[in-house]
Amino acid sequence: MMKRDQCLQVLARYRTNEIVVAVYQAAQEWLHISPSDLNYTFTGAMGQGSSHALGIALGRPDKRVVVLDGDGSLLMKLGTLVTIAHAAPKNLVHCLCQNGTYETNGAVDIPGRGTVSFPGLAHEAGYPKTYTFESLDEWQRAVDRILHEDGPLFVDLHVEPGEHYPEALLLDSRVFCDQQLNKRTKQCFASLTDVVHKLEETQVQREFLL
Amino acid sequence: MAENTERLRAADLITAIKSAGIRFIVALPDRTTSEHLLKPMLADPELRVVQICKEDEGVSICSGLYAAGQRALLLMQHTGLLDSINALRGVAMEGQNPVCMMVGLLSKEPGVLPTQSKRYGIRIVEPVLDAMQIEHHLIEAPDDVEKVVPAIEAAYARSLPVVMLIGREPC
Repeated sequence: MMKRDQCLQVLARYRTNEIVVAVYQAAQEWLHISPSDLNYTFTGAMGQGSSHALGIALGRPDKRVVVLDGDGSLLMKLGTLVTIAHAAPKNLVHCLCQNGTYETNGAVDIPGRGTVSFPGLAHEAGYPKTYTFESLDEWQRAVDRILHEDGPLFVDLHVEPGEHYPEALLLDSRVFCDQQLNKRTKQCFASLTDVVHKLEETQVQREFLL
Repeated sequence: MAENTERLRAADLITAIKSAGIRFIVALPDRTTSEHLLKPMLADPELRVVQICKEDEGVSICSGLYAAGQRALLLMQHTGLLDSINALRGVAMEGQNPVCMMVGLLSKEPGVLPTQSKRYGIRIVEPVLDAMQIEHHLIEAPDDVEKVVPAIEAAYARSLPVVMLIGREPC
């Protein structure tokens, strides 16, 4: 079992320009551990994180997208595993922070705790590769390779709460803060898309002239 | 509402959807639109169709695509729309994401306003959308196709969702 913040710190060390979609506790900690305009943390409703990530991954196949999902969240939308596997985005890494509880909602156990196999579900849904990490050492040895491997990948991270991170950043200004991050991300993407379109137009014009 | 015997043409809808810059269709089959709208879209090389298992996934996939600078349309049945209310609340409205939806009104009587339908499930759709302050348009007659591009453009300009209700099966 890994402390979640330590697990996320390892990921942050190997992060370069990946877009990271994070939900609930992982999102709160991730914003402290790896602040970036490419953090996407306003997912709007429980269970929706991996669907946002799929949309981003399909829309920007040139960027790597990592989603930090929760086990309670994933249970709400198990069909997302089939949707993602069917869409098969090579640039998506679906990480599951598995803590066995609805941590944000009173730390009540999830149904199926200790019996349900999330990597098993992902494998049967059609993810070409799944991983499970229970120790920080194993995770640290594999993370760089995983961030460069063709997806969609499913990464089952067995975690428990670690250090306490101040919640005020998210809770006091959650919507504002997250939307600002998203708006900046959107602006950044929009301008990149413009550049790509302009380059494509130039190329078309050049080919036409030739 | 008088019944217009002229049929809504799916090909015109697809042209309008493409004119609005949409290249991604996120869909779960609906009897009103499957045959003449979704199936041609699946075969259209200019469109990428993302098939989903549950409609509310589509609300978030469209939002993710928007964040990535892409325009998308969520195609589903009104039952799926009703099933997606919390995602529409949190992701589309509170998150201010321009999720554009085309929603088949399964079994609505042709020429009858949705609010006048004998079917409870149809009658409540527009009042529910009104309560959620979600913009909506009825697309049932051939002339209604003209509403599609402005509705999508307005959604992106306002960064808010829009629902286009398909009142009868297009041909």
